[in-house]
Amino acid sequence: MIELKNVSKTFTLHNQGSAVIEVISDVSFAVAPGECLALTGASGAGKSTLMRMIYGNYLTQAGEIRIGGLDIVKSEPRDIVKLRRDVLGYVSQFLRVVPRVPTLDVVAEPLRALGVPADEAQDRATALLTQLNIPERLWSLSPTTFSGGEQQRVNIARGFAHSYPAMLLDEPTASLDAANREVVLSLIEDAKARGAAIMGIFHDEAARTRVCDREIDVGRFTPGIAA
Amino acid sequence: MTPLLSVQGITKRYGAHIGCADVSFDLYPGEVMGIVGESGSGKSTLLNCMAGHLTPDAGQVVFDTRTDGPRDTITMSEPERRMLGRTDWAFVHQHARDGLRMGVSAGGNVGERLMAVGERHYGDIRDKATDWLGRVEIDASRVDDRPTTFSGGMQQRLQIARNLVTGPRLVFMDEPTGGLDVSVQARLLDLLRGLVRDMGLSAIIVTHDLAVVRLLADRLMVMKSGRVVEAGLTDQVLDDPQHAYSQLLVSSVLQV
Repeated sequence: MIELKNVSKTFTLHNQGSAVIEVISDVSFAVAPGECLALTGASGAGKSTLMRMIYGNYLTQAGEIRIGGLDIVKSEPRDIVKLRRDVLGYVSQFLRVVPRVPTLDVVAEPLRALGVPADEAQDRATALLTQLNIPERLWSLSPTTFSGGEQQRVNIARGFAHSYPAMLLDEPTASLDAANREVVLSLIEDAKARGAAIMGIFHDEAARTRVCDREIDVGRFTPGIAA
Repeated sequence: MTPLLSVQGITKRYGAHIGCADVSFDLYPGEVMGIVGESGSGKSTLLNCMAGHLTPDAGQVVFDTRTDGPRDTITMSEPERRMLGRTDWAFVHQHARDGLRMGVSAGGNVGERLMAVGERHYGDIRDKATDWLGRVEIDASRVDDRPTTFSGGMQQRLQIARNLVTGPRLVFMDEPTGGLDVSVQARLLDLLRGLVRDMGLSAIIVTHDLAVVRLLADRLMVMKSGRVVEAGLTDQVLDDPQHAYSQLLVSSVLQV
């Protein structure tokens, strides 16, 4: 479902003496439907960079990144927008929303974008927010004023609203208490069971061992560290 | 799929000075594109050339019309272009007073565009106008008030209602949230996003506010000295800019 072939990435900082930083070189691996792959490696090894390249958020200089047959590296913006709407979900570490939009609508939005009727989308959002223990009195408020852990859970609810066939998870259990961590892990297990291909960064080792089938150490693709 | 708008080689000079040079892109139905760049980078010149307010020195602006398919709007006759401007196109000005008739009631401002496309039944026009005032969150009791009695944010929302009432397929926006205070801006952004999603609009938004394009636009074009220096997916251009100028632009934004 997610397939990388000889993928490399450099950053060129034009305004800082045109420094060229090679972050990742020659990565190849694949994630099958129903499988969960963990990216490991020290801070700065390029785990998040690799995730962002797969999401199309960072530009890839060389290689192929195929998700459900579409090569992200060569795709037009509109194809990536469509892929993100239908196929590829991403739970980042930070919630980015239009201020003043109620939490319920924030969570329902990915479904609304797919053309799901408003009430049906809201039902799904309600179920997820309940499952993730966000108190009902907060649903009509914008999540911008919520605590870090609450924002993280809203972000997860939003990320799991639609049953994406492929998902990228950036530290989904960070800053969560034991009960909510359990909810998130079961959401991941459910997604795997329905056949989603999942890639994640988990600093939480116990969580990683529980949901992930394989690990890849990104450090070995980092030119500076490997050499 | 046929692009809704296909812009090819648009160039506009002001004497020896370049307004914009050799700009080309395709916009597909439902896509929202942002154009950013510093003052004087040519983004408003480009927008006005596309919308038929300025005549470019070279290039084509091909629009996929409902009746005749793709047509170059630069070479079509003035009445045809004006008809497009009243039906399938909309233009939201930065200053609401440039897009509104300040001496006419709010309902009249919205209704006028309906009459321009041939609606004649007073009751229907008034109902539609009131419905649209509601959609942009202006209270129905204000339907007979003139826009001069409205706040800046309300005027901007009225301008949007006036533009969208005829169900256009393409909206040009010039700094739609400029000059509004931030809470009003957020409300307007939310409104615009909902309208784009529910009506399947395509839009081209000129702004210098990178936060606005991140929330509204699928794609982004960065202009400098009249030329497009970088284009791509909005969050890719903002998070991993490739051109020296885009990098400078993104790194110059103050964090709040």
